[in-house]
Amino acid sequence: MNLALLFLNTPTLVHLSAVDLVIIVFYFALVLGIGLYLKGQANTGEDFFMAGREMTAWVAGLAFLSANLGSLELMGWAGNSYRYGILAAHWYWIGAIPAMLFLALVMMPFYHICKTHSVPGYLKLRFGEGAQAISSISFAFMTVLMSGINMYAMAVVMRVVLGWDLNFSIIVSSLTVAAYVALGGLRSAIFNEVLQFFLIWAGALLIPILGLIEAGGWSGLQAKILQNLTELNVPNPGSYTHLWSTLGNFNANPMGINWVGIVFGLGAVISMGYWTTDFLVVQRVLSAKDLRSAELAPIIGAGFKMLVPLIVILPGLLGLALLRDPRSGELLRLVPANLAWSDLGQAQGLHGYDEVLPLMLARYCGPGLLGLGITALIAGFMSGMAGNVSAFTTVWTYDIYGTLINKNASDDTKVKMGRWVTVVGVIISIVTAYFAKSMPSIMDYVQALFSFFIAPLFGTVILGMLWKRATPAGGWAGLLAGTLSSVGMYVWVKIDPNAVRYVALSMDAQDQAQNMFRALWCCLICVIVTVVVSYLTQPKPDSELKNLVYGLTPIPKTEHVSMFHSPIFWGAIVAVAFVILQIIFW
Amino acid sequence: MKSGGHLSIWFFTGICLGVNGLLIFARGLYEIANPPLHQVVLYDLHANVWWGGFLLIAGLFFSLRFSPARERARMAEKP
Repeated sequence: MNLALLFLNTPTLVHLSAVDLVIIVFYFALVLGIGLYLKGQANTGEDFFMAGREMTAWVAGLAFLSANLGSLELMGWAGNSYRYGILAAHWYWIGAIPAMLFLALVMMPFYHICKTHSVPGYLKLRFGEGAQAISSISFAFMTVLMSGINMYAMAVVMRVVLGWDLNFSIIVSSLTVAAYVALGGLRSAIFNEVLQFFLIWAGALLIPILGLIEAGGWSGLQAKILQNLTELNVPNPGSYTHLWSTLGNFNANPMGINWVGIVFGLGAVISMGYWTTDFLVVQRVLSAKDLRSAELAPIIGAGFKMLVPLIVILPGLLGLALLRDPRSGELLRLVPANLAWSDLGQAQGLHGYDEVLPLMLARYCGPGLLGLGITALIAGFMSGMAGNVSAFTTVWTYDIYGTLINKNASDDTKVKMGRWVTVVGVIISIVTAYFAKSMPSIMDYVQALFSFFIAPLFGTVILGMLWKRATPAGGWAGLLAGTLSSVGMYVWVKIDPNAVRYVALSMDAQDQAQNMFRALWCCLICVIVTVVVSYLTQPKPDSELKNLVYGLTPIPKTEHVSMFHSPIFWGAIVAVAFVILQIIFW
Repeated sequence: MKSGGHLSIWFFTGICLGVNGLLIFARGLYEIANPPLHQVVLYDLHANVWWGGFLLIAGLFFSLRFSPARERARMAEKP
């Protein structure tokens, strides 16, 4: 039997040429080579789990951003911008920039000074082992789920573009990730994240450039979207290219959300929670060599984050404007993934929302460029998966194994455990990849996970850092109540869809809007429960809160540097650019 | 950057961009001489030539600027 037939089980969108295959194989060889090269430099726990805490601001900053810029991010948000229009850009701007600046200038000193290995590690110091156990177990659960959906995203790319069988894609990529993370630990993951950052820009930037040329610039793109959506009888067609002006009412925009959900649910809770307490991204900044680098790293990440909509949101909008069925010439309408993957969908040749980026890639990229684009997506996927696996490994080893199972584990034992847990994490991720297949849209699934685990965690961490009266019992109870209430609201809406009117304040609320409001409520519940229980219980003495709480932590003076090396200066520049973008796309 | 011993991450980045740029640039030149039967949208812009060329130059810059020899020299100069 022809070996290729084992792997090719669906019609392919494109056919790779020899040069494309060389580019893909070269990438795999390079990442494995980097893993082998770094193996000798991951001998201690500090090396393996924290990359020796010697990364420069640029490396930590790009890794910080790249850990969040996987193929999941690229494909999922491109799909979401096709589905919800430019509203999806909120997740890159108000849903990221203020939180990244807050992490850099307010929270980073605490993380850096207490020398924690992880966010659950901070909770242990601040609230004790109860809060640490809840946060580490829920975080470990979330990372393997996230790793699984990265794997699924990769399989979708391979299926859409190359026709590869889902199982084959999952096996090849998971073996590669397991090898290079187990060999080089966090350092290897960070090296590959930086590499992936450049590959993604090199592979994806051509789509908006060529797309805008074809569409006739931004105004041409707006006109084409309006014309196409009007032709398809889509409600509010003009709202797809406006960021804020349609957020006055729930039913005036495609997401069914209002400004309260975006500003408070996304900007104040989900975003703050993710960028300041999700250990996957915070771990990259913790690897910085000194406090100034640790403060600059998120600011560098924020600067580039503002540009990411160019390669993620714009392709989705271009898909709305330009994609047509090659056979009939009619407008191509993408559908939810579960419909596209159904037998009926396959028979009709339907494509899911999340396939818009590969479709645009195939539209503009010939041999060579196609290989680079596919490599960028593979790199993004592997980086996203490696990031989750390395974070899972650290939290498991330090916060679950080292705290709850074997408190006297030696450093050598932890490194060995880390290497083995990497492999186990990848195996669990393989299982979770199949769950993602049943979700209508990848990013809805991810945001649901964030609202379960990240939103209440943010409430606990921020109270722990800023309010010295918060007690261990309060922190534990608040975190537990927040997590359970979020899962409870999710289940409530699944059982009774009419509950959306209470959870998201409107029956028009789509999945993303529900996630935002659920996050907002569960964070509030977490804060209220923490405050109430704290007032009913005995606080820790100030002496035990030194270096953990604002007001009791002497922030070390950073060395005197010029204005151009100052984190505050660059933070201000990023903040101004952020405001200008909101006005331009209002 | 110290992390990574003598080989900087920027060196690996340069190698990656350079090799990919060279392959894409060469393929672009080949396509000008032998136009493919099935052409992508905006084929006439020959994006693979100028984009491949750009990546090649960027790759060369990173590879040379952060070459192992230069890194060793820089480390030796540090007190």
